[in-house]
Amino acid sequence: MAKLASAFVSRLVIIIPYAWLLFFFLIPFFIVFRISLSQTTVAMPPYTPVFDLAGGFAGILEKVREFSMDNYVWLTEDVLYFNAYVSSVVIAAVSTFLTLLIGYPIAYGMAKAPRSLRPMLLMMVILPFWTSFLIRVYAWIAILKPEGLLNQFLISAGIIDQPLIILNTNTAIYIGIVYSYLPFMVLPIYSALEKMDHSLIEAAQDLGCTPIAAFWRVTFPLSLPGVVAGCLLVFIPAVGEFVIPDLLGGSETLMIGKTLWNEFNSNRDWPVSSAVAIILLLILVIPIVYFQNVQAKADSEGR
Amino acid sequence: MKSLGSIRRSFAPWADPASKPFISVKNVTKKFGDFTAVDDLSLNIYTREFFALLGASGCGKSTLLRMLAGFEQPTSGEIILDGQNLAGIPPYRRPVNMMFQSYALFPHMTVENNVAFGLKQDGMAKADIAGRVAQMLKLVKLEKFAKRKPHQLSGGQRQRVALARSLAKRPKVLLLDEPLGALDKKLREETQFELMDLQQQLGLTFVVVTHDQEEAMTMADRIAVMSHGQVVQVATPAEIYEAPNSRFVADFIGDVNIFDGAVTSTEEGRVQIETTGGISVRLASPEKFANGAKAAVAIRPEKIRISRQAPAHAPTNAAEGEIWDIGYLGDMTVFHIRLKDGKVIKASSLNAVRAVEDPLGYDQQVWISFGEDAGVVLKD
Repeated sequence: MAKLASAFVSRLVIIIPYAWLLFFFLIPFFIVFRISLSQTTVAMPPYTPVFDLAGGFAGILEKVREFSMDNYVWLTEDVLYFNAYVSSVVIAAVSTFLTLLIGYPIAYGMAKAPRSLRPMLLMMVILPFWTSFLIRVYAWIAILKPEGLLNQFLISAGIIDQPLIILNTNTAIYIGIVYSYLPFMVLPIYSALEKMDHSLIEAAQDLGCTPIAAFWRVTFPLSLPGVVAGCLLVFIPAVGEFVIPDLLGGSETLMIGKTLWNEFNSNRDWPVSSAVAIILLLILVIPIVYFQNVQAKADSEGR
Repeated sequence: MKSLGSIRRSFAPWADPASKPFISVKNVTKKFGDFTAVDDLSLNIYTREFFALLGASGCGKSTLLRMLAGFEQPTSGEIILDGQNLAGIPPYRRPVNMMFQSYALFPHMTVENNVAFGLKQDGMAKADIAGRVAQMLKLVKLEKFAKRKPHQLSGGQRQRVALARSLAKRPKVLLLDEPLGALDKKLREETQFELMDLQQQLGLTFVVVTHDQEEAMTMADRIAVMSHGQVVQVATPAEIYEAPNSRFVADFIGDVNIFDGAVTSTEEGRVQIETTGGISVRLASPEKFANGAKAAVAIRPEKIRISRQAPAHAPTNAAEGEIWDIGYLGDMTVFHIRLKDGKVIKASSLNAVRAVEDPLGYDQQVWISFGEDAGVVLKD
């Protein structure tokens, strides 16, 4: 009896996260997916068909027949969407790379710091999260604008005489993304480096590696899982980022998050914006799933 | 082929004043802040020697090994290897390799890539690397495991990979930090002999750090017993065991009964000691002692005889007691015997026959006795 009960409990423990995924990920996804197959209309909600359970199963089936791929076709017809996707991916990729360049040394420094100092350093990385993301991005406007803190400083230091135009350019977007997502890069790399056995580095040196060679042959490859996790954690939200390009970017900056927002709010075209969101999801999910498959295969090969 | 025994038996370069040491540690001190890990230590290690640094944890043996490897720099003093002063030479330029206690195998590389690591770093030609790796894996009998990753190996196999990797570059000296510490007892004993054979085959100098005295006794040509950053005694295993130079060494290596006392008389090659427990002990000793000088007598348990009747030479080198505890170990039995003054001593006897008629039992009154050459006189 007790055995049965414990089997039930252990099953329940597994069910909870699955139920969570079902309710908060899969169901919303299907709602968005369904809307992406609908047609826009002037109504509330602004799309057809709308299911009416009163019609019974036959009624639902009939509504399903009204689904169309028109919105997806539309996305291919207007080059704006393609450009927005490409530019989003490029901006996200460049920012991810920059975040890695800055984040890796920070994580490395933290992992090599005396054990007693590490909690404080960790706290300093997490600290910015305690203020609102939006406010921090607004703060960058104050720093980057032509008469902002940065230009004032550079002019008073005599380094430049004309203020630099940074705000409302892609540079400002890069700064914003790198700044906002840096902790997501630092933390996984730090955790990978921190649990690394120091004797591995000594072994590499013992076998003839200079400290730099030991880094590239041992430390870096071993931190790769952290690097990959950090890059995904930065790249994925950066592709769909809306707030940073909206506040810091210029009018010519094309990012899919902004496009989606415009479709949804300005045009009130829910079906097209849903299609935009679904395509964005596929762009992100397919390469990641493929990559993980390759990784899993490589891992199991040695067995 | 000459048997390993015949090579070993005649191997004693430390006794030959003409032979030059291969590694010379000269007055080396290493301090970590206020803590002195190694304290003005000097010792010589000879080519092809299997040298063990033995001591309890924190005695400085690992620090000394790490200084040989180059991971630590001496605070003062110098280390000479094959005529070259190692001061300021980083680990990656030293002709020594180390086998780490944790093995430190690279988890992201296969067994063969682990072994090839140092060779690749040296820019050896690809074909040569493959040949050397194959040779090394054959040496440690791991040919079939070349493509595996370290996490797919057992502890014993990992130990062999670590050994193969540290030998691949053909170092002049191999440093081994607790090489068998992570293995279970049976595997450890087998591996001890394999390491000895390997060292003889390759003709290398091995310096091994261990806290396991049995391991050191089995493998090493000479042992340096260390305590508090200093070498207490450097000698062959037999000398360390049979002729410890101090109470510390006698106590540290194996089991021992120590009787405190004072010298009552000395004659040519003999010394007479009265212990505080009232036993009069007569031992062979090359050293001379002043009458009344404090001295301690150290006698190993296996050198003590137990009998029901008083031996002929009683009361010299004999005492009465009562059997207090019996520990049956299979190959031998350890008796704890309580003497008249309350001191409990250990005596062991070999179980040479399977069944003994009328064996010794608890609470039995017995005599313990020992010969004149059974014990060692310790000065302190």
